[in-house]
Amino acid sequence: MLDAGDNTKKMTLIVTKGTLDWAYPPFILGTTAAAMDVEVTMFFTFYGLQLLKKDLDLKVSTLGNPAMQMPMGGMHMSMPNIMPMIPGVDRMTTTMMKNLIKKKGVASIEDLREAAVEMEVKIIACQMTLDLFEIDRNDLIDGVEIGGAATWLEEATASDINLYL
Amino acid sequence: MADQVLDAKGLNCPLPILKTKKAIKGMTPGQVLQVMATDPGSIADMTAFCNQTGNELMSQSNEGDVYTFEIKVA
Repeated sequence: MLDAGDNTKKMTLIVTKGTLDWAYPPFILGTTAAAMDVEVTMFFTFYGLQLLKKDLDLKVSTLGNPAMQMPMGGMHMSMPNIMPMIPGVDRMTTTMMKNLIKKKGVASIEDLREAAVEMEVKIIACQMTLDLFEIDRNDLIDGVEIGGAATWLEEATASDINLYL
Repeated sequence: MADQVLDAKGLNCPLPILKTKKAIKGMTPGQVLQVMATDPGSIADMTAFCNQTGNELMSQSNEGDVYTFEIKVA
């Protein structure tokens, strides 16, 4: 993977979101790029740091997301914004989403994250966010580097693709 | 004909690509990997993967819902 030849392409991703649905784009792009011999750096900041916790408990919310329509019995069900206020609704939506993921042969976030680590994707956790939200470094998976904006910038200026997700 | 066969049926993006990469890693140049997938997106993705990684997509075909790819390892 890390051939570091002259033609090696590089990509960095800034991962800012920590919900079950938005955990997919960074991990799909990161693992696929690594599989295509791209050198990948993923910088996890703010809510994205939740995706590095050893024990993942990711949820999905319909709140503020009128585009979310869950397939149901051949139809699509959207949820009014009042719904996630009701206790248990986010949990129900999360369960529905997890069932769909399984049924459609979509990888779990745990599996994709494991693949990323296996393919030597460079994973950086934002020091400032760790401080801000008092996240214990020991609660994060092994192999995580700690860094800040400058660490990402050093990688980004030498990369072909930089995405904020 | 193929040196190794990978059954990626029922798996969705990006798993067929990730598993293909893993299989290729354990093979030697010149060997042929046959991949079977049901993800319609794999037609475009397998082509892109081979273009980018230099492995040769020798053939692709489909029978019903199953797409079969033959990749010669670079």
